[in-house]
Amino acid sequence: MAAIFQGVGAAAPLSSSPSNSFDSNKSVFSPRRSFSVSKRVSFAVVRSDGKVNLNPKGRRDQRLIPNAVATNAGSAAASKQGHELLLFEALQEGLEEEMERDPRVCVMGEDVGHYGGSYKVTKGLAKRFGDLRVLDTPIAENSFTGMGIGAAMTGLRPVIEGMNMGFLLLAFNQISNNCGMLHYTSGGQFTIPVVVRGPGGVGRQLGAEHSQRLESYFQSIPGIQMVACSTPYNAKGLMKAAIRSENPVILFEHVLLYNLKERIPDEDYICNLEEAEMVRPGEHVTILTYSRMRYHVMQAAKTLVNKGYDPEVIDIRSLKPFDLYTIGNSVKKTHRVLIVEECMRTGGIGASLTAAITENFNDYLDAPIMCLSSQDVPTPYAGTLEEVTVVQPAQIVTAVEQLCQ
Amino acid sequence: MAFSTATAYFAPQPFPLNTASPRSHDNPLITPASASPFFGSTPKLRLSPSPKFNLHRRSGSGVSVSQVVKEKKPKSTRSLLITKDEGLELYEDMVLGRAFEDMCAQMYYRGKMFGFVHLYNGQEAVSTGFIKLLKQQDSVVSTYRDHVHALSKGVPARAVMSELFGKTTGCCRGQGGSMHMFSREHNVLGGFAFIGEGIPVATGAAFTSKYTREVLKEVDCDHVTLAFFGDGTCNNGQFFECLNMAALWKLPIVFVVENNLWAIGMSHLRSTSDPQIYNKGPAFGMPGIHVDGMDVLKVREVAKEAIARARRGEGPTLVECETYRFRGHSLADPDELRDPAEKERYAARDPIKALKKYIIESNLASEAELKAIDKKIDEVVEDAVEFADESPVPPRSQLLENVFADPKGFGIGPDGRYRCADPKFTEGTAHV
Repeated sequence: MAAIFQGVGAAAPLSSSPSNSFDSNKSVFSPRRSFSVSKRVSFAVVRSDGKVNLNPKGRRDQRLIPNAVATNAGSAAASKQGHELLLFEALQEGLEEEMERDPRVCVMGEDVGHYGGSYKVTKGLAKRFGDLRVLDTPIAENSFTGMGIGAAMTGLRPVIEGMNMGFLLLAFNQISNNCGMLHYTSGGQFTIPVVVRGPGGVGRQLGAEHSQRLESYFQSIPGIQMVACSTPYNAKGLMKAAIRSENPVILFEHVLLYNLKERIPDEDYICNLEEAEMVRPGEHVTILTYSRMRYHVMQAAKTLVNKGYDPEVIDIRSLKPFDLYTIGNSVKKTHRVLIVEECMRTGGIGASLTAAITENFNDYLDAPIMCLSSQDVPTPYAGTLEEVTVVQPAQIVTAVEQLCQ
Repeated sequence: MAFSTATAYFAPQPFPLNTASPRSHDNPLITPASASPFFGSTPKLRLSPSPKFNLHRRSGSGVSVSQVVKEKKPKSTRSLLITKDEGLELYEDMVLGRAFEDMCAQMYYRGKMFGFVHLYNGQEAVSTGFIKLLKQQDSVVSTYRDHVHALSKGVPARAVMSELFGKTTGCCRGQGGSMHMFSREHNVLGGFAFIGEGIPVATGAAFTSKYTREVLKEVDCDHVTLAFFGDGTCNNGQFFECLNMAALWKLPIVFVVENNLWAIGMSHLRSTSDPQIYNKGPAFGMPGIHVDGMDVLKVREVAKEAIARARRGEGPTLVECETYRFRGHSLADPDELRDPAEKERYAARDPIKALKKYIIESNLASEAELKAIDKKIDEVVEDAVEFADESPVPPRSQLLENVFADPKGFGIGPDGRYRCADPKFTEGTAHV
């Protein structure tokens, strides 16, 4: 069964379409699609036996994603379709479309209404939908998160925004005890279809408390799903999927990615919440990453390709549960794994992922899994120190070289 | 008898901070003129600031606020507060609560239920007084002392007892336990183990009611939510944050404080700078009412008005019910700190005995009818125990069910198998 990554269209086809050649010069169409959909450059169909068909010369086109601006060059048909926008606009579009579609979807958070959101994700929504549907709350994270949960139990579908993910530490009680647990402790009687979202991650000298990565803190809570978006395409898709999901979903956005520009399709689409995204297929090493580190990885990949390596880059997107299907296929192909994340080393997503891969795919590994994480340090203010807190492309290159010896 | 927010501000006298005498040493909270706790009078809740009234409840000659606001009518001309049917309903509900809790204690000591079990003996007037005024679609949110709230709201005694025994026929399939009583059908939104945690959830339910009316345009939606919690919770941040939000948006919610003076072993007076909890209502812009929580009729009168206020869309009310728990905090609590004299004093104000007296004295019903109700409740409770005993324990396969509402979204491919290669993550389907 071939898995098509990127979940194009509302019904992500898991059909056995014949493997298509990967060629960045033309968009790849699934045979079931009757319309052309603009695709990003790095799209491929991976068959269940892990083979990816390359173009006959065996050498891949060097069209990687060189910088943070994701362009979809070379696709004449696709460039007529879709529209270009920034990541925060994509989130806003997703949110707005879902609010139109279902009157029970509402937003609550600090400054989401009149101010339009601290990162403008909810800009214009209050004017359109009213002050009750886009609710400006007082500064009481624990209580308004609980309020969102109570509203979800009684029939609404709130999207709860933390102005910065770090503020949701104050809501940990409600997220852990109520969001995660109530469906279970009520014996399945109440569902909590909330989406908790907000910007997190290390920004530009924002200081320790505004640069936190809460993925690791939330990951153990039973009963919640976690996803991290990284491009405008998957931001909109994940936002919509998260709102439509009956489970409580935590959507991690990154402060530095809000101004990414990309062309996304005009039509309605969602991205599966549990699916990982194949960013760049390869043969030598599997690099697993998510959120902002994806761009550092792709930058390193440029260098690596020039040095003759062929890394396979997967944006795991789903932080809980891991898409071990995609990851497993990749491990079985390359036999080497490097995890690059922005989370802390101790107890982070990388640590869990290492454990999951070791448990399930140990026989396929030729080398121990390497995990590059941020330093276990409160993010310093000084720019030079902050730079070395997170993983930089040079370190990724060194790690791959080490792994592939 | 409308609460106008303009006059909803008490201006109490400065409170003597070093008064160490707890409530137990007070004179009884009824002046000598009133012979029985049940006046049959309508407490008129005048909320105008009245510096003349001496609100030094804690000092020796304290006058309780409920005294202050009570209008004394001579017994002969008073109108009955309740009809016969209402009286019997209230009586039955309180007796059910009492008998059920007593049976819980028995079952606990026989090893049929485990963990933390918090019993409600003595506080029945609050639950009955408030919840019997609600409709099916109104919501109730409680704390760990939630058995009787669930029973009053209509959850069958069988379901609650099975849940306590941990059987699969319990209201939460045995997965919740004593502290997590939920019922979708009867709109009991929990059952929370951490205090204060349920108050935001109640605020959310009230928000849904307002949203349904104003955004979804179902103009006749007037669902009210009641949030029950204790005196200890009133020092918790979530309480204050929710008072603020509820008053700000005029949510249809009533905050009911069951002030039984003790948070496990911590006396309310030792932990609170201003023990008069009803004062905290006006600080946020809502009326704060104090009522005698051992008297179901008084509670019912206050509740009627507070719930009507919420239904009309005028916003929240904070009601402090002065009550007492006859047993310890939980069945594991040796209850050594409380003064036996205090316990005796409150035992004398047992709400069930008081209502019985009222019903008989007002000729609403005969002793025989009340005894018949007692007998009926005994049978209900025994049947509940039998049902729970005979119910099956949850099978192992139930462990991973209901973790997620939508496991189908979890990597299940079109062939019905898990795409994730780690199927231990979750199993089963959503089961209600």
